[in-house]
Amino acid sequence: MALPSYTETRYRIWHYIYITICTFVFFFLIAPLFVIFPLSFNAEEFLVFSEGMKNLDPDAFSLRWYKDMIYGTKNPWGLAAKNSFIIAIFATIGSIILGTLAALGLSSRHMPYKGIIMATLISPMIVPLIISGVAIFFFMAKVGLAATHAGIVLAHIILGTPFVVITVTATLSGFDHSVTRAAASLGSNPVNTFMKVTLPLILPGVISGGLFAFVTSFDEVVVVLFLAGLENTTIPIQMWTGLREQLSPTILAVATCLIILSTLILISAELLRRRSERLRGINR
Amino acid sequence: MSSETKQILTTDGIPLEVSLKKAEKKNKIKAFLLVAPLLLFLIITYVFPIGEMFSRSIDDKMITNMLPKTFKEMEKWDGQELPPEEVFTAFYYDFKVLVEKQEHGKLGQRLNKEKNGFNSITKKLFRQVKRKKIDESISIKEQIMKVHKRWRTVEYWQAIKRTAPPYTMSKYLKGMDMYYAADGSITQVDEDRRIHRILWLRTLEIAFFVTLFCFLMGYPIAHLLATLPMKYSNLLMICVLLPFWTSLLVRTASWMILLQQQGVVNDFFVMIGLVGDDNRPEMMYNKVGTYVAMTQILLPFMVLPLYSVMKTISPSLMRAGKSLGGTPFVAFWKVYFPLTIPGIGAGCLLVFILAIGYYITPALVGGASGTLISNQIAFHMKQTLDWSFASAMGLMLLSGVLVIYWIYNKLVGVDNIKLG
Repeated sequence: MALPSYTETRYRIWHYIYITICTFVFFFLIAPLFVIFPLSFNAEEFLVFSEGMKNLDPDAFSLRWYKDMIYGTKNPWGLAAKNSFIIAIFATIGSIILGTLAALGLSSRHMPYKGIIMATLISPMIVPLIISGVAIFFFMAKVGLAATHAGIVLAHIILGTPFVVITVTATLSGFDHSVTRAAASLGSNPVNTFMKVTLPLILPGVISGGLFAFVTSFDEVVVVLFLAGLENTTIPIQMWTGLREQLSPTILAVATCLIILSTLILISAELLRRRSERLRGINR
Repeated sequence: MSSETKQILTTDGIPLEVSLKKAEKKNKIKAFLLVAPLLLFLIITYVFPIGEMFSRSIDDKMITNMLPKTFKEMEKWDGQELPPEEVFTAFYYDFKVLVEKQEHGKLGQRLNKEKNGFNSITKKLFRQVKRKKIDESISIKEQIMKVHKRWRTVEYWQAIKRTAPPYTMSKYLKGMDMYYAADGSITQVDEDRRIHRILWLRTLEIAFFVTLFCFLMGYPIAHLLATLPMKYSNLLMICVLLPFWTSLLVRTASWMILLQQQGVVNDFFVMIGLVGDDNRPEMMYNKVGTYVAMTQILLPFMVLPLYSVMKTISPSLMRAGKSLGGTPFVAFWKVYFPLTIPGIGAGCLLVFILAIGYYITPALVGGASGTLISNQIAFHMKQTLDWSFASAMGLMLLSGVLVIYWIYNKLVGVDNIKLG
């Protein structure tokens, strides 16, 4: 953002203030994530930068907390990770199926009561999680699904579908419906048309909605706190307990792994978004 | 078109209008059937349970079922002086049933919530009934009144009468630091015990300021992202999106490390000489921690809607404003800013809605002075097990959120929520 040479001094000054503010805000956004990396390699048990770390002494760094995360006997991270992945994968599949179907219906111009139905379908994203947690807990307790994987999966489907509905309806907004009519006129049945024509075109939207649903489930702690028993502990629950009780560097090791995971998810989401925009002919 | 005009027929001989309507209806049903599975699923697992929270929050049937005869007799009692013999007799027989079922303790606890002192006098009465000291052939009223002087006090009988309806609003009143006084009027609790009102105000205050901070910080960077050339803005966009995709607990954990007394922020303050090494300020477990962490966590939700609106504003508009004689400030204020108002509305409402119901971050970094209404709901769900009160508070919060959601829907439209 080079300034034109004729800019008056006071606007020049203002421009630099603006750039400084922006730099500060970007720093504020991203820097907290990076404090975790070095501390997770801390050789000591405290969550502060030791003198050795400040002097970049190699002895001050170690992998002991990563070893503790994987081999530690007292740490249920293994079970938690397994549960988290199982729950998130099933919740994602459920959200994708229900959400995509609903988005297809909502994108039809024949859909009656579109506004109110859309508002209902999105509501789990808007309603404070604590209220969702209480309501879902009452339901699951009544039908006997509290403290089961199935109950948590269902709860996460509730929380995940709004994201799929939003991303898929957004993808469908640029969708040319004449291609499905063309398929139908060529003798294809609706299911075949969906699988061979519609789905490949909206796939980027479906997958990015699925990524949102996955992250929502994988990161969800409020509702799980109400639903989970000891058997169903998840990574967020372990982190929550850890952060409340003993803040150990093992948590930072786990957090580092989670940041790496979210970076991977971010990259795939971005690639998908670009592909989707290309497919829909949006070139910005 | 009037009915006399000649109708256009399809090849089957059906009027075109009828045929079209039929096809439209078929399409409507088709579209609805696609939405139906999710809608049904959500109604059963989500909408109904929220409705159940409501019935739970006003439910007071337990005592109505415990004292059926008493309440029937009490209908005839005007509630001014001590009730007549029939009420006492009915109460005695109801109580006897409860003693046989061993539920008299529950009654005492429930009545004690209505008026202090009930617990002990129901226990006293229980002992008399258990030992069969009460002679059913003579006046039961006289005998009950002898058990304890409170049974002779009209306020206690008025308290029982107040519990007669199967529904009560008392949990909602409690959520606003009010209660039913002895005469049934709504009264405020003493000033030094108004804990809930403080929490509501604090929740609003924190949500408001977090929204404000997010706006003040989000607007410049959204503007920068929207005006920079693509190759730079894509890179900077990662700074917004990476926190957005990162686990909430991870972000909260990093703030806990940064803000602790021996943490990086305090180290920095000491280094630049802002504070002494021995009196490092407490930045966590209070409001400061909640503000800082929540602002950083919710900032992407402000930047993304702002960015998507700013992206559509053509840069030539600003140039036109300047070429017509406006200084850059005037051009910005009169041309650019008004065009971004939809984005500001969307971002602010979204951040406010999310902030008002925040739970995790305030619970971890908020301490006692930085906790919000959500934390109180969780406390009653998990610690005191007063689920009906938790439900009442939840619904009070929900009604506020739904009003904002409704406004959001009117202004922005839920289908315009932008995600990344």
